[in-house]
Amino acid sequence: MYAFEYHRPTSVKEAASLAGGAEDAKFLAGGHTLLPTMKLRLAGPANLIDLGQIAELRGIERSGSAVTIGAMMKHAEVATSAEVKEAIPALAEMAELIGDPHVRNRGTIGGSIANNDPSADYPAACLALNATIVTNQRKVAADDFFQGIFTTALEEGEIITRVSFPIPSQAAYAKFRNPASRYALVGVFVAKHADGVRVAVTGAGSNGVFRVPEMEKALSGSFTPDALNGIAVPQDRMNSDIHADAAYRAHLVGVMARRAVQAAAARG
Amino acid sequence: MTTVSLTVNGQSVTADVDPRTLLVQFLRDNLRLTGTHVGCDTSQCGACVVHLNGHAVKSCTVLAVQADSSVVTTIEGIAEGGELHPMQAAFREHHGLQCGYCTPGMIMSAIDIVNRKGHALDEQTIRAELEGNLCRCTGYHNIVKAVAAGAQGMAQSLLRQAAE
Repeated sequence: MYAFEYHRPTSVKEAASLAGGAEDAKFLAGGHTLLPTMKLRLAGPANLIDLGQIAELRGIERSGSAVTIGAMMKHAEVATSAEVKEAIPALAEMAELIGDPHVRNRGTIGGSIANNDPSADYPAACLALNATIVTNQRKVAADDFFQGIFTTALEEGEIITRVSFPIPSQAAYAKFRNPASRYALVGVFVAKHADGVRVAVTGAGSNGVFRVPEMEKALSGSFTPDALNGIAVPQDRMNSDIHADAAYRAHLVGVMARRAVQAAAARG
Repeated sequence: MTTVSLTVNGQSVTADVDPRTLLVQFLRDNLRLTGTHVGCDTSQCGACVVHLNGHAVKSCTVLAVQADSSVVTTIEGIAEGGELHPMQAAFREHHGLQCGYCTPGMIMSAIDIVNRKGHALDEQTIRAELEGNLCRCTGYHNIVKAVAAGAQGMAQSLLRQAAE
């Protein structure tokens, strides 16, 4: 790991001002992607701004039709939150599928979303649940936030403060895990909202998380696995690697979408 | 250098560290608590698991400075009054190790599982919850038995303490 200067702000304002005044700064959330990347010297920020002591980035609140989660909430906290389990059980279940118990005790929702790993789970949940990503500067719809592999709408020095998830009538996440890394080979999050169904896929796309309009249209008509008959995602948009080729991933998208719809429908 | 102050196994510790010092390096090199092992150094194997504010974490993927003001418990901190912790005793009794390299992490994870899931652990739960700890010797069977027995042992130990 290259040397860096360490900063430990106690407010979002202080963190933003530190980032503005420091050259080559990175924010540290749970650190479970950034620290391994720094160990490999694939990242070597001159300044590391630790968000771990900022109380205003924590908390889970349910208000009317949405659940809002602070950016520094850990996966284990989301997975075991009574509010999340009651309002959006699919989201709690998704958080429980990230990494292993130790990783879930450190990794955060804000870190996962800001990183936008093409195999991460949260981006699919945000897209399917039509989440709003709130930063210290603005609110961004999930549809506009995720812009391709490891790329988001975040500007330099912009900090995610919380993520607001509208409560769907039914939802589920089906994940085909790489058994070694536990990242999604393919993960499909399906959510039924008052104005239609949203389907988001992670792990599969060559350009990161994406929605499947054909599936959304079919499921908005009939929220059953059979409604997906005959719908295939194009292989040329799929990722291909030693774990799974594009054809297999494209096939898995269909299988996981069915399983997600089945699980969501079973929840009633 | 950055000053870090934390509590390790009940003792207050303050030190000046290079900010890039990992918590596991701090424990091993600064405090000479070498029971916490470095296996893969890539947050996969779980040999470095310690408790940070009561929760199991991989200390190879936490900076020492991130643990400032925290309470850390390592494998050296769980035995009481010269007696093995019930989970340690169960690993010995059930041959839950061969080379022993993964054992400190296994035991710290196992105690965390009991803290979260209670004392009556079935095999499926134990296997699923141990997914972040790798053992290359045992094939896990005896580890799973040891965790189940250790969970029971922890329950009995609590009952004994309550009776006293």
